[in-house]
Amino acid sequence: MAKLSVSVAAAMAIVAAVTFSFPANSQTSATDQSAPKDEKAAPAPRHDISGTWDPGNDGIQPLGPRAMPEDGKPEHQIPYTPLGLETLNTHRPSNGTRSVLPGDTNDPVVYCDPQGMPREDLYELRTTQIFQTPLKVVILYQFGKLWRAVWTDGRDLPKDPEPRWYGYSIGKWVDDYTFVVQTSGIDERTWVDRAGRPHSGDLIVEERFHRADRDHLELSVTINDPKMYTKPWVALDKLRFKLEPPDFDVREMICSPSEFAEYNKIIGMPASGKEPQ
Amino acid sequence: MKNKLIAIFLGLSLVSVPLAAHHGNAAYDTSKTITVKATVTEWFWANPHCFLRLDAKDDKGNVVHWSIEASNPSDMVNLGWSKQSFKPGDEVTASFNPVKNGAPVGRIQQVVLADGQVLSGRVVFKATDSNP
Repeated sequence: MAKLSVSVAAAMAIVAAVTFSFPANSQTSATDQSAPKDEKAAPAPRHDISGTWDPGNDGIQPLGPRAMPEDGKPEHQIPYTPLGLETLNTHRPSNGTRSVLPGDTNDPVVYCDPQGMPREDLYELRTTQIFQTPLKVVILYQFGKLWRAVWTDGRDLPKDPEPRWYGYSIGKWVDDYTFVVQTSGIDERTWVDRAGRPHSGDLIVEERFHRADRDHLELSVTINDPKMYTKPWVALDKLRFKLEPPDFDVREMICSPSEFAEYNKIIGMPASGKEPQ
Repeated sequence: MKNKLIAIFLGLSLVSVPLAAHHGNAAYDTSKTITVKATVTEWFWANPHCFLRLDAKDDKGNVVHWSIEASNPSDMVNLGWSKQSFKPGDEVTASFNPVKNGAPVGRIQQVVLADGQVLSGRVVFKATDSNP
């Protein structure tokens, strides 16, 4: 190898330092979402997904869920029914290939409506705390500072549920390390994800929480809504969380209407040519 | 061989993290970066995005009132920013992508403080966000 001049080497070092302090953007990658297993990973406890779990920035999912982003690629085409496509076209998201300007979006979450399910898993999924009791598993989400209860007492999903933003959830262990949750009765006003995929009141969301080892949890999410989609599709495929210590403090991330109004006045509307600052 | 190594490093440098990528780029001209020496008039530390308001002089000496946004507080804490990062009157050098429609609005790339400290607007991928 030829010797490099000092100046070239210095420039390359600077570029390398800047570049490699920021790993490649993995937010839109849907390939191999489960990270390589640590060969010396501590064994997983049985029937235990409790803890404070951090997905890093992989949970932000700006273009839609990691396994099915709205990026225009053929492998990410969703099997819409005619009603699904028609409903999709009434949604104006501010991310992805169908994005509109910030001032033109009708994304309800932008205006501080609840994300609901499954979107709480599929957009701004941040540090997640899970507690287990004899009757239910309780999940606390950083984004929106909210909680969900998953009943584990063997009950069925209600036959005629009242619509709830976050639906009604039941769960059970299908093996020693995998906890499966079914959620129904989700309010139709919510979007499935940031990209604006729709759902009906018939939506059933399946979440699979898999304790991979002591320090890692994997989440998979499947969307099943025959009114909107001709077949179920996978929104998350083993999104990986790292276990944080018990004294980890979770920051607030709350959508405040007054703060959003200020942001919209100063940034959102002028950026969209709507009104002067 | 030297040229190949240079090319490889330059190629790799393009695989860096787009800033605040979890909000759309539709409004911004990401091919352009504007850098201004400016005086801070307001620092808004809140969701959905923090933003900095600055007064800077253009080429003709006229004062332009810029509003440039960053990401949400949780992301910004991971980058070393805080609610105390700026106060009105601070002199800074700000680099940002402007909006396409010519309004004095932008998305922060970085801000350099008077003491030389560099605050980057790029979202860092790491798995912790504990309070300091």
